[in-house]
Amino acid sequence: MIVAERKSFDEILEMLKPYKRVLVLGCGGCVTVCLTGGEKQAEELASQLRLASKHKGANLEADYDYITRQCDREFVENLKEGPDKYDCVLSLACGVGVQFMSQLYPDVPFLPAMNTTFYGAGTASGIWEEYCHGCGDCVLALTGGICPIARCSKSLVNGPCGGTNDGKCEISSDMDCAWYLIYKRLTEKGKLDEFRRIQPARDWRKEHGAGVRRLVLKEMVEEESEA
Amino acid sequence: MNEPVSKLQQAFESGEFVFTGEIGPPKGTNVEACLHEASRYLKHSVTAVNVTDGQTAVMRIGSMPVSGMLLDRGIEPIFQMTCRDRNRIALQMDLLSAASLGIKNVLSLTGDHVAMGDHPEAKPVFDLDSVTLLQAMVKLEAGTDMGRDIKGNPNELDGVPEFFKGCCVTPCAEEVEPQIIKLEKKVEAGAQFVQTQAVYEPPAFEKFMRRVERLKVPVMVGIVMLKNAGMAKYMNRSVPGVHVPDGLIKRLSDAAKEDRQKVSIEICGELISKMKDCCRGAHLMTLGWGHCVPDIIEAAGLV
Repeated sequence: MIVAERKSFDEILEMLKPYKRVLVLGCGGCVTVCLTGGEKQAEELASQLRLASKHKGANLEADYDYITRQCDREFVENLKEGPDKYDCVLSLACGVGVQFMSQLYPDVPFLPAMNTTFYGAGTASGIWEEYCHGCGDCVLALTGGICPIARCSKSLVNGPCGGTNDGKCEISSDMDCAWYLIYKRLTEKGKLDEFRRIQPARDWRKEHGAGVRRLVLKEMVEEESEA
Repeated sequence: MNEPVSKLQQAFESGEFVFTGEIGPPKGTNVEACLHEASRYLKHSVTAVNVTDGQTAVMRIGSMPVSGMLLDRGIEPIFQMTCRDRNRIALQMDLLSAASLGIKNVLSLTGDHVAMGDHPEAKPVFDLDSVTLLQAMVKLEAGTDMGRDIKGNPNELDGVPEFFKGCCVTPCAEEVEPQIIKLEKKVEAGAQFVQTQAVYEPPAFEKFMRRVERLKVPVMVGIVMLKNAGMAKYMNRSVPGVHVPDGLIKRLSDAAKEDRQKVSIEICGELISKMKDCCRGAHLMTLGWGHCVPDIIEAAGLV
């Protein structure tokens, strides 16, 4: 899932300065799962904003709402009130949701309450870690199911650098060396030969090298246009 | 066998025990001190001199111009290249540029992460890695580059470079097998010589050398001069794959201040003489103490 963390309260207050009526909009997708941008967090943030503005004599009116996903057209009809009733919407969705919603409501400013950080998984209670870069050219079949693109700080594809340090990365002793994990896993599985093969220079077009990426399911597109 | 392309390659072919030194370009335009170090102390004692490339991810003058300045002074450079700061277009451009200056020896390195250096906000590149950078060199030597023309054919070069291609390995890493596998890939990709990370444990190095013997490329043991006990302890704490035994630290801390340099030189000499029979040379990293290089070589008892 997409992991996002909330911007600091001060940064949010600064963003909201020009506005009076604000809708704080939670998202029921990934950011609900990582407990940062769901309904509960939207409600809390709206009440914090009201309190803080009262304290400063600014009288910000902050309501909250939430929809199942902000990256999908079909859920906007569940909004209690149209976004155009507000001066701005403070979205707790990831960067996708913020942009998609502002495309649907071009007359209302949608502001990001979150910093969208990575594709990850919950590894322990309260901890989420990065597992995937969305590089567009998955190598997991060759690397024992551990991604060197996302989990090696240099995205190396041919093995560890000299900074591998007792199973940890040179950047931080809290960070595993992905190639140490890959080596251990391939050894256990008797598949070290996968590591021995030279991986050619990567084609970064599949990641960011060739601009904006899109997925087109031809059959669906054709069905839609026939209907 | 083809003619050697550099003095360094020739030295390995002659079978002699080869010494190389190292200088680090400065932060700023004042290159005099490092050029003086190379001309005065390294020129007549080592076969070639490494020029570091933004070592520890600290922004400095580049390796290429300083390598060129060494050539002008009759000193053979080893141009270090990391994959941290340039994509494959810039790396290949710099390889051709270096060749046009007469640089032959190139050392392919991954490079320390930008997070380790003095510009941690910078975007790390790592388009190629130390293996695919060697493949890029081989391609250029064969007269093409990594790209394709409009029809999809390899681009042909007008003028073809020749390199003597090197790489690095950490022989005393806690987990040495992944290091060895990656070294095998570097040799398969085209590496012709190896300079190792610092070694202070001759038995571990000998064990490593037995495991890579079949690779048939000359390996130079890396010797980083320990200037004092504090530096040795720092290396144990902070440099991955390097372990300075307590005995050496004690010798440095027991030495009177005025004898410390002498002890540092003795330690380097002893390490080399213990490991000389299992490798083909020593790469001396003296960290600004180039003036010690002639004495280290003498202490190693090879001359």
